[in-house]
Amino acid sequence: MSEPVIKCEAVYKIFGENAKKMLKDSNGNVDAKTFQENGCIVGVNNASFEVSKGEMLVVMGLSGSGKSTLLRCISRLTDATGGKIFIEGQDLLQLNNKELIELRRNKMGMVFQSFALLPHKTVVENIAFPLQIKGIKTEDSISKAMDMVKLVGLDGRENYFPRELSGGQQQRVGIARSLAVEPDIWFLDEPFSALDPLIRKEMQDEFLRLQDKLQKTIMFITHDFDEALKLADRIAIMKDGIIEQLDTPANIVLNPATEYVRKFTEEVPREKVLLIKDVMDPSTTDNLGDLKVLKDEIIENVAEKILTQEKSVAVIDNNNKIVGSINPTKIINTVFGGRKNNN
Amino acid sequence: MELIKKYPKLFQWLFLLIVFFALCFAIDVPETYKFIRGQAEFVKDPNQSSFVFLGKEVRYYAFDVFWRLPPLLGWLPIWINDSLFFLMNEWMPIEFWNEDTQEFRTRPLVLQISRNLTAFMTFLIELIREILLGGLETIVAFTSWDWIDKNPWAELPGLPWTIVAAGSAILAYKLSGKGLALFAGLVMVYISVFGQWKPSMQTLSFILVAAPLSFIFGLGLGIAAFKSKRVEKALYPILLVMQTMPQYAVLVPALVLFGVGDHAAVIITMVVAVPPMILLTILGLRAIPPEVIEAGRMSGCNNWQLMFKVLIPTARRDILIGVNQVIMVCFSMAVISAFIGAKGLGFNLLLALNQLNIGLALEAGLCISLIAILLDKMSLAWANKQTDYFGNLTFYQRNKNLLFFVATVIIGIVLAYVGTFLFKGGYNYLFEVPHNKGISTADFWNKGVDWIFDTFFVYIKAFNTWLIQDVLQPMRALYLRMPAVATLVLVVGAGYLIGGIRSALVVCGLTLFIALSPWWDRALVTAYMATFGVIVSCLIGFTVGTLCFQNKHSASFMLGVCDIFQTFPSFVYLIPVMMLFGITDTSVLIAVIVYATIPATRYTIEGLRSVPVGLHDAATMSGVNKFQRLTKIEFPLAFPHMMLGLNQTIVFALFMVIIGAFIGTEDLGQYILKALSDKKGAGIGFTLGICVAFIGLIFDNLIRTWVEKRKKHLGIN
Repeated sequence: MSEPVIKCEAVYKIFGENAKKMLKDSNGNVDAKTFQENGCIVGVNNASFEVSKGEMLVVMGLSGSGKSTLLRCISRLTDATGGKIFIEGQDLLQLNNKELIELRRNKMGMVFQSFALLPHKTVVENIAFPLQIKGIKTEDSISKAMDMVKLVGLDGRENYFPRELSGGQQQRVGIARSLAVEPDIWFLDEPFSALDPLIRKEMQDEFLRLQDKLQKTIMFITHDFDEALKLADRIAIMKDGIIEQLDTPANIVLNPATEYVRKFTEEVPREKVLLIKDVMDPSTTDNLGDLKVLKDEIIENVAEKILTQEKSVAVIDNNNKIVGSINPTKIINTVFGGRKNNN
Repeated sequence: MELIKKYPKLFQWLFLLIVFFALCFAIDVPETYKFIRGQAEFVKDPNQSSFVFLGKEVRYYAFDVFWRLPPLLGWLPIWINDSLFFLMNEWMPIEFWNEDTQEFRTRPLVLQISRNLTAFMTFLIELIREILLGGLETIVAFTSWDWIDKNPWAELPGLPWTIVAAGSAILAYKLSGKGLALFAGLVMVYISVFGQWKPSMQTLSFILVAAPLSFIFGLGLGIAAFKSKRVEKALYPILLVMQTMPQYAVLVPALVLFGVGDHAAVIITMVVAVPPMILLTILGLRAIPPEVIEAGRMSGCNNWQLMFKVLIPTARRDILIGVNQVIMVCFSMAVISAFIGAKGLGFNLLLALNQLNIGLALEAGLCISLIAILLDKMSLAWANKQTDYFGNLTFYQRNKNLLFFVATVIIGIVLAYVGTFLFKGGYNYLFEVPHNKGISTADFWNKGVDWIFDTFFVYIKAFNTWLIQDVLQPMRALYLRMPAVATLVLVVGAGYLIGGIRSALVVCGLTLFIALSPWWDRALVTAYMATFGVIVSCLIGFTVGTLCFQNKHSASFMLGVCDIFQTFPSFVYLIPVMMLFGITDTSVLIAVIVYATIPATRYTIEGLRSVPVGLHDAATMSGVNKFQRLTKIEFPLAFPHMMLGLNQTIVFALFMVIIGAFIGTEDLGQYILKALSDKKGAGIGFTLGICVAFIGLIFDNLIRTWVEKRKKHLGIN
């Protein structure tokens, strides 16, 4: 595998006056309680992970879990108290101001929960803003911005002001703005949390469509577990600054690492989240029925067909090659079985 | 006993009042006490006591210390004065090269700085003034008088009024559109036709220098304070005092530092106009959501781009209010600084008021107000202007305004040239309508005033006598009857009850300063006038505000009226009251009331408007009627905001009371006015100004502390 685009090594963010010293003294064993007694608040506690090219990592946690702080450490909107962050191999914390600005101008884009549009600029001006900041000529930046306007489906509204748009439309502008410089890394900080449920769903689909096309490396922050399951390649679940579990959606649903994670997974309709390949038996037997199912199919879509079979069903990949098998009872166990010890 | 437990605050207040009145009755008026009028204080009197401090002798009338504290701070004005003179005339002499005499000379540093600053300001003002009116000074500044003597043609000719009028209309059109263009054109034509061209352009050139400079300095310092806590901490006390310092009082030290004339006026105006600009800049920048700043950073802004492309435009609303304030202060100062020799409409206004020529004063005042409104609207339009990127415009469309302007210049010059043939009599009306050669309505107004006086004399007089004899005199006597100790106890007690020990100490310090200055009696008179004005203003303002709030349109209408009234320079308010009531305390008080009612009304409407809609609905669903909703829901919630209005009302009232000295009062303002014509008045004027500022700050502190607490209690931010 090539070098990860984002790499964090034991990143800490602690707020408070003598945070640095306390972190040094603690030798990496940060206990939130003792820190709090000394007037420090732990935002991020020993976060280590990697995000590879084109991958979407969703960081999920409730408010105050430190997920936004983690994102701000990686975008260096705030300086991490300890640890190392590498962006495409560059040590982020060693960059000087100028290099940092260059990095942001060319490599990074960010979308905010409250949209954070400039109220005095129109849609197209807002989108062209990062380009103009880079020093691109007005005409070029505007024409590029118009392409972005079309990409997010806001044509015809380019001369509106943010205040004249609905929340969903405003966030489309935010997305377009963050994509205008064609960044490799895309940060999204709860981009859809401020939207109504229906609009949120629509925006999520739109977002998946865009990602399908653009293949950016993404860090996506959300407090919505369903949203995380729907979008993520991998999910990091945070609590009190600590990453409780970092894994693929299926593994998180099937094997919650801690009690905290398990609580989230309890209510999840697994048949809608899990794929056949997540629950299949990779060993193949000869005793298979006639039915074949694709390994990337969602369980819900094929469950009915599988359940009509008596024998195990063959699982195939896109090349029609058998890669495993699945037993109808397995399906029943997965969907209705005890939540604690399935498998 | 249970009652006390139920309303502890109420009983604390009652207790405070009882102590206060007990002290008032216990301490008798000393037999030797009398309110000293006029110059008597400066006459040496064998009854006076004296003490020496820092080598200065302070003379005063000694009373029982419970009745009046001795003026232990009496040396302060003298000391300030001496220090200023020392700074200007002796401190740090430096050598510098004198262009005129071609030799090195020594001069004290501060004097040199002041001279350079003065020269720079004078140059700026003259430059604009001569573009508008013509003259020599600018050319001289680049060459020399000798050169001008040899080349008499090299004089700036000045623009014909037709060009300026059309030019401002075109500018207004570019900024906003037809409406403003029409207004701009009409204002200029009015000014010209009524013969106010020259003074108006003089005032305008003063404003066009003072306002942008104030804006730049205010914005710069505001940004500095936003970025650095230390700068903010250093600026804050100065800002606080300047907010309540009467504009008059700043004039006096400036006289010493910068001399007399337009340049001094510009510097003073900046001193007065910069603080509100700073405050509003900080306020605006603070209110920016952190995500917008982050968005700017993530777009790759460097610090400079972040400040000027993201932060300042986002804080535009508050900064615009700052610009509006700057313009208002500039116009207000344009009149007041006529006292230190600024030319223009203000000077004419003062002159007319002095001669009791109400008609002329009215014309000058109207011109000032019109220009003020025009500039205010134009600056607003400028800030809200949008660029159109998609207009595929032809050369003509893009440069339409410029072409029009060039055409206007040509037509204007041709007209002015034609004018030289048309009007052989000496005045070229197409170039400039000379002062007092235009149409004048002064006689009409003067006759009107006379008519009002003749017709309603009996009623006005009766009202006047009643007000003065039955209301004002007793009130004044009551205020003067307060022993100093009782007043201190009342104020400090109020401070303690409202804001705890901290507030009590602050308020105590402020009051002590006034009590230990030689002008306690005068401060009491100022307080009495301000109190009367504030009470009546609040009654009117709160009532009008509440009534107007009942209907959406009337509320907006009233806010608009407040906007316009606020644009009038404060001095203009003296004109109509002098028309009606002549030179009496009643005039001052009515001007105070009119002026101070503006913030009272505005804040009432805004406060009531800020009550959340959800609460309205909740109240309606609980079945309240309109009156109950007002008293049970809207007033309690709007009250903190209305109290801020009260705070503004007090500041406005104090300002007007001080300006009222021009009509003739017996308070601190009168002494400031006197200090203006006193060679050694700088220290006195400044100390008096601080006294007035402190009166304002006492109330400011109490009200703000209360509002903060109340807001926290109600959970409003």
